[in-house]
This record gives sequence, structure tokens and C-alpha cells, in this order.
Amino acid sequence: MKRSWNPYLAGALTGLLLVLSVAVAGQYFGASTTFARGAAAIEQAAGVDTTRYEYFTTGGGKYGPDSLPNWQLLFVVGIALGGLGASLASGTFEIKRVPDMWAARFGDRPLWRNLTAFAGGVVLIIGARLAGGCPSGHGLSGLSQLAVSGFVALAFFFGGGWATARLLYGKGGQR
Amino acid sequence: MGLLYGLVSGILFGVLLQRAEVLRYDRQVGALRLMDMTIFKFMLTAIMVASVGIYFLKDMGLVSLSLKEAAFGAQIVGGTLFGIGWGLLGYCPGTAGGALGEGRLDAAWGLLGMLAGGAVYAAIYPALKATVLGLGKVGKVTLPQVMGVSHWVVIVAMVLLFLAMFRLFEKKGL
Repeated sequence: MKRSWNPYLAGALTGLLLVLSVAVAGQYFGASTTFARGAAAIEQAAGVDTTRYEYFTTGGGKYGPDSLPNWQLLFVVGIALGGLGASLASGTFEIKRVPDMWAARFGDRPLWRNLTAFAGGVVLIIGARLAGGCPSGHGLSGLSQLAVSGFVALAFFFGGGWATARLLYGKGGQR
Repeated sequence: MGLLYGLVSGILFGVLLQRAEVLRYDRQVGALRLMDMTIFKFMLTAIMVASVGIYFLKDMGLVSLSLKEAAFGAQIVGGTLFGIGWGLLGYCPGTAGGALGEGRLDAAWGLLGMLAGGAVYAAIYPALKATVLGLGKVGKVTLPQVMGVSHWVVIVAMVLLFLAMFRLFEKKGL
């Protein structure tokens, strides 16, 4: 069971799952908005008046703290549960502090890895909210609908990621 | 009911991502380094299947599209920023939770960063709205609408392009 599934097969099943989700629940996949809404909910719980922020009140508060819980939050939570369940069932669950590729280049100290991961998360969500989506919303859902926005966003997701990976790891992809 | 659908779809998506090893940092950054195209095989196949399914059901009048507005300023600047963050983190908003689920603890820091990023975005939103968010807006349009052709023409062309990419990936052992 440790052997991974063929990515083409798993991808095709994901495509069917998206079609089913649109047909049954009327929901296209997406993930990044949940983190903006989550920030609003946390700020509100900490006693911050979130109406001070225009973004959290725009569109009738669709990004505000009261927009949760919703379909997408449960979708994002579900992915974590699915990852946990599938890894436990297949014997591939592994507590890992630093990814192998990172450790081979930068060493296995979690501090630098965690700081970089945190900074990456900050920049990534600012970018995703600016662009209006992430590889789920713009990539999977956008390209499946042949949306112009999806093609443009995905090209720049990849371009920015490629340039960053090249700066971090240098030229040439040797395994 | 919507919440339950979200949870079930998320779990199934998480299982597929985990079993295809798409959640892993080494696969994500491996794709950005053009060494390992696993995540693109997964994603592009999903798009092929979903585009056929969604447009078939749309032609039958059973589903409707939910398009995001094409705004070149926002998507070029935001897309590039997202890419930079993706390269640093090695997980994306959909996969970071799943990566934590399979035991990758660095993904937790990424998730915290994303929540912080949401707060920062809300704080700088007025400035962004006055500048980059308004640039190059084209509306909620699809590629076949812009080209003035049937969506099936674009789907067939896209499928052929993706199949050619898959052939190249397999030939090069990526």
C-alpha cells in the first residue's frame, strides 16, 4: 500500500470529483479565501473591531468573520483530514520537520525552514488574494472553465515559483 | 448541507493528493525546478477531465460557470507574489493542511503565515484597491468567448496540448 497512485489516475479522479461538486453542491474548488476569512475570525475573537478593515466588510462581509463556517472552510479542513487518514492507512504518515530537498541544500535545522515557510505563507496569501485565487481556484477551477483569469494567474504562479526555486536551489535540476 | 459537501469533497481530494504524493514539498518544489512533473500530471489531468465534464453539463443546462474576473494587473502582480511565496513555502493553500496531515510539521508554519498574510492583506487592501487591483480589468470572460470560437474547440486544443506535455514529461523521465 506504500506505493503511490499514478498521478494521471488520481488527477482524473480529482477532475470527476470537481465535476460532481459543481453538479451536486454548486461549488468550484478553492482554498485561499479561507485564510483571509480565518484571519478575520481570529482578529474578531481577539477583540479587534474587524469592520475597521474595508476588506472584511466589502461585498456584504463575504470575507468578514461572520462568513465562517462555510463550504470552503470545511473543504480545507477536509483536505487535512484526508491527508491524515490516507497517510495513516497507507503507512506513509511520517513526522518530518524539514523536507529532504531542503535539508540537502540548507541543512536540517528546523528554525530556518520554519521561518522561510512562515514568510512564504504570508507572501503567498497576499498574492493569492490579490490575484483572486490560488492553484485550486484559478488553476483547477479556472482552467476547467477556460477562464482567461485562470490562464494568466497560473502562468505567473509558475513563473514566480520557478524564479524563486532557482534563486534558492541554483541553476539546473539535478536529482 | 453545504458544510457536509465541503467536508466530504475535501476529504476525498485530500486522499487523492496524498496518495499521488502531490502534498510533498519535494514534489511541489521539484516541479518548480523542472525536475519532477508529478503535480502537473495530476493537475492538468484533473483540468482535462473537469473541463469536458463541466462544459458537457453546462451545455445540458445543468450547471453554470462561476468565473473570476480577469484583471491583468491583479493577476500578474498577485500571481508573481503567490509564486514567490509558493517557492519559499513549497505548499499551496489547498495542500498545506494536507501536508500537515501526513506529518510535515513545517506546513504548520506555512499555515500560520497564511493566516498572518490574510491579516496583512486586509490592512493594505485600500492601497491595493487604489492601485494594482484596478489595472487591466477585462471582466469575467473565458478564452473561447475572447477568441469567438466554440468552447469545444478550445477544450480539444487544450487536451492535445496537455497530452503533448505528458508525452514530453514521460520521454524525459520527469
